[in-house]
Amino acid sequence: MKSLARLIVSAIVLSTSTSFAAGGNAPAFHVNIDMDNRASLQRGATLFVNRCLSCHSAEFSRYNRVADDLGIPQAVMEENMIFTGRKFGQTMTVAMTTENATEWFGAPPPDLSVKARARGADWIYSFLKGYYVSEDSPRGVDNLMLPGTAMPHVLWDLQGYQALKAVDHQDEHADSGHAAAPASPFELVQEGKMAAVQYDRAMTDLVNYLVYMAEPAQLKRKSVGVGVLFFLAAFGVIAYFLKKEFWKDIH
Amino acid sequence: MSKEKQGVLGWVDERLPIVEFWEAHLSKYYAPKNFNFWYFFGSLALLILVMQILTGIFLTMHYKPDAELAFASVEYIMRDVNWGWLIRYMHSTGASAFFVVVYMHMLRGLMYGSFKQPRELIWLFGVLIYVCLMAEAFMGYLLPWGQMSYWGAQVIVNLFGTIPVIGDQLALFIRGDYVVSDATLNRFFALHVIAVPIVLLGLVVAHIAALHTVGSNNPDGVEIKKNKGADGIPLDGIPFHPYYTVKDIVGVVVFLFLFSIVVFYFPEMNGYFLEHANFEPANPLATPEHIAPVWYFTPFYTVLRAIPNPFGGVVAMGAAVMILFFLPWIDKNKVKSIRYRSVLYKVNLAVFLVAFVWLGYLGMQGVTPMRSEMALRMSELYFLFFVVLGVYSTNRSAFYYIKWFVIIIGIISAYDLYRSNAEIAALVWQTWLVPVAFLVVALLGAAFTNLDQDKTVPERVTE
Repeated sequence: MKSLARLIVSAIVLSTSTSFAAGGNAPAFHVNIDMDNRASLQRGATLFVNRCLSCHSAEFSRYNRVADDLGIPQAVMEENMIFTGRKFGQTMTVAMTTENATEWFGAPPPDLSVKARARGADWIYSFLKGYYVSEDSPRGVDNLMLPGTAMPHVLWDLQGYQALKAVDHQDEHADSGHAAAPASPFELVQEGKMAAVQYDRAMTDLVNYLVYMAEPAQLKRKSVGVGVLFFLAAFGVIAYFLKKEFWKDIH
Repeated sequence: MSKEKQGVLGWVDERLPIVEFWEAHLSKYYAPKNFNFWYFFGSLALLILVMQILTGIFLTMHYKPDAELAFASVEYIMRDVNWGWLIRYMHSTGASAFFVVVYMHMLRGLMYGSFKQPRELIWLFGVLIYVCLMAEAFMGYLLPWGQMSYWGAQVIVNLFGTIPVIGDQLALFIRGDYVVSDATLNRFFALHVIAVPIVLLGLVVAHIAALHTVGSNNPDGVEIKKNKGADGIPLDGIPFHPYYTVKDIVGVVVFLFLFSIVVFYFPEMNGYFLEHANFEPANPLATPEHIAPVWYFTPFYTVLRAIPNPFGGVVAMGAAVMILFFLPWIDKNKVKSIRYRSVLYKVNLAVFLVAFVWLGYLGMQGVTPMRSEMALRMSELYFLFFVVLGVYSTNRSAFYYIKWFVIIIGIISAYDLYRSNAEIAALVWQTWLVPVAFLVVALLGAAFTNLDQDKTVPERVTE
């Protein structure tokens, strides 16, 4: 009976992964997220407020919370990271109206507060690395992750432009999504300010930050969890011996 | 009884029988001494109920049941409310934990025959609790107002629309609008936080009151009240308090340990407890590619999808839940516990569990021809469990088993003939072997071997 119980629990807990949100292709690249790397989070935040926050809002995220969590002094943040005219304690909204955005881009840029939870880190990382030159697209570029995206390649000056490699339909049967980095489907056709390795590192920082921003509580919950589990383990020992003591006289 | 009691307790007791209550339900409620692992889940379900109510109260203090504000208010709880993330994760994890625990509790009832005479009412109240829990979970899932909340609700409410004649009006009445909208969100909130919980609490009281009237079953399925000592106390009974209170505390701590691992380290449970798509705000104009219910509904969702006709699917899904109500009158075998039931009974139960888990798995996956076929076959096995259970109620002649074997195979084959076409014929007749193989073992096995023989039940509990 006990083994049956174990079987059921494991059948429920272990299973294959579920699919991520609608729209777009499966991630082409994997990114290692590290919430303990504060420097990376800070660099990511800098990139975010400079490069994303002019069009994309993060309307659930507050500047002061980000400053607190990432160890950025208030003065530094107010001077260097708030370009939206908002106050330190306010949320990261943008000035662009939905009407304007729709007129200029065809679709309003989505809010990025919880995007990393909806899409997953790998998908966003792949998206940021997924722009390629495309004659068919009105913007001259398309994205492998989200074909037909309305978003221009705003990081072109950093990455440069890449083109899709002449496709030798690389073995689609190869184990999808596993560590051995899949060969890039792109080749650089115009260099940017950053070398490929640098760009990858910058995008890792940015995605790291987006993952943090999607759930700021994750910095705290893991450390709180340790305390809770230690308490329960200790209490469990006491409860076990209490039970044993009481049950001595049964059978 | 306690006329001599002094002080505050005495004063209160003369006016309200609290001592009597304490004794009847705890210190002099005699429970069998041989409860095992499976008997933790009742008290755990009660614990989770209390936890859901408490965390729910704190969530309602900050949540806004308004289509414009709901999604943002949940994120507000996650970010700006002190410890709001903990309250919310406890509530969302609690919902899944509730179903884990309740499914284990129901399986316990199945294994040890806890639904049988004289405990039919306990079982009925239990199934009612389960149905309420499904309603509660379904309506609660709309509240975060994410894409999956919205489209999940849309799909489920549309199911009511498939009912002939009254369907459209009924779906309209449930939604309060032509699509899931602010009106739906508002009423689901009301039902989720007050209406269903009140019914649920009442049912739990009835469930426990009925239990304490007839007494607990046990892993041996022996009635301990049949063997009483000179003092009128069952020989195999021990007072619930302190013995089972201290034992249940151990169970509670182990449960809370596992629960905390999820809450603090895997609150999304890889998309099973909090679906990724639900972090996109509800958008009535964009249907997600893949609408999957949360894991605890997926077995029934698969039964729904197994029948191509929408109303037929709804009927099948409803029947899959409703059949549980009839269990005490389906399985009338006198032997309660699996310990003393036949080999074939164990096979039947094992196949049922495999079918249920498989149905659950299929409900999370997209549809392929093979999966659709297996959905139907697993649904058939699900229902056949109850049929075979009924057939096993007493020892029958070989002819009786063979008769049922022929009848059931006839029905299954007739349906397969009716639905089969050139495109799917191969799949249909390959998978046809699944229910047939099961019936060969379960019914012909009973007709031609003695594997259907139950064992002798001992007089007293073992261990």
